[in-house]
Amino acid sequence: MSEAASLVAEQFDDLEQQHEADKLGMWIFLATEVLFFGGLFLSYTVYRYLYPNVFAAASRHTEVILGGANTAILLFSSTLMALAVRSAQLSRRKPLIWLLLGTALFGIAFMVVKGFEYHKDFIDHLVPGAAFQWHEANPQAAEIFFWLYFAMTGLHAIHVTIGIILMLVLALLAGRGKFQNGNYMTVEIAGLYWHFVDIVWVFLFPLLYLAGHR
Amino acid sequence: MDETYSSKVYWTNCLWLMGLLALTWALGYVNFGVFNLVIALAISFAKTILIVLFFMHIKGSSRLLHFAAITGLLWLLLMLLLTLSDYYSRGWVASPKHGF
Repeated sequence: MSEAASLVAEQFDDLEQQHEADKLGMWIFLATEVLFFGGLFLSYTVYRYLYPNVFAAASRHTEVILGGANTAILLFSSTLMALAVRSAQLSRRKPLIWLLLGTALFGIAFMVVKGFEYHKDFIDHLVPGAAFQWHEANPQAAEIFFWLYFAMTGLHAIHVTIGIILMLVLALLAGRGKFQNGNYMTVEIAGLYWHFVDIVWVFLFPLLYLAGHR
Repeated sequence: MDETYSSKVYWTNCLWLMGLLALTWALGYVNFGVFNLVIALAISFAKTILIVLFFMHIKGSSRLLHFAAITGLLWLLLMLLLTLSDYYSRGWVASPKHGF
């Protein structure tokens, strides 16, 4: 049995069909993820429509420099991930390990920046709940904005954390030579997940940080 | 085996994405009224298209995958449209309290 044939599970005719099924499964999962985040985007839309000025005022209290820097960090991380998939396709073991570690490292950098932001929000009494303080118009609506801010960035941060763990595990497996000779689909699928998480942030950044111009 | 892009494709894509990010960022400091939101979302969609086509390899993949990739967006639009039309018809979001 050839190397490529040994990768094919018995329910598939060939490797190409198996890869197609792998990718289709992941894309369908991502569609459900779109809806998972979609509920929050829907709430955001309704409340922003109801309280446009409060949302604009509240978004001016977010850290636009840190949020923008984090967008760049994630976009760069996605680039490294795409290059990692390429290395896996070409069975280049060493570059694959380093690119996966680089992807994870930038994911960690994202989480560190987010941590500083959350810390500042906490000190500024912007965390919804008993300690929430708002000195401008309509504190209830502002609290809704920050509830959505924490729910959306929090759910996203959970996804980033899962992605970081995934990349580290893949780097470990790559070190053992698992993704050689055309066996790259696991890396490709993990890449799809990581790029999806990037896309979510591409929408969160303007909606949460730039709702009001400065 | 799928087509392998040259790494130049990915770096070019990265540059475009960073350029679009700079544009979004700059947009945060000017006032176009309601168009701030429209332009910002347009840029986000442009970024999404670049990521999906090149990083996620939808360019060059099968029709079936194209269809699966667009499904999430269609479901999301359905959810937004149906919910908002329901709210609107009940008058729950008919009058923004402070205007845009």
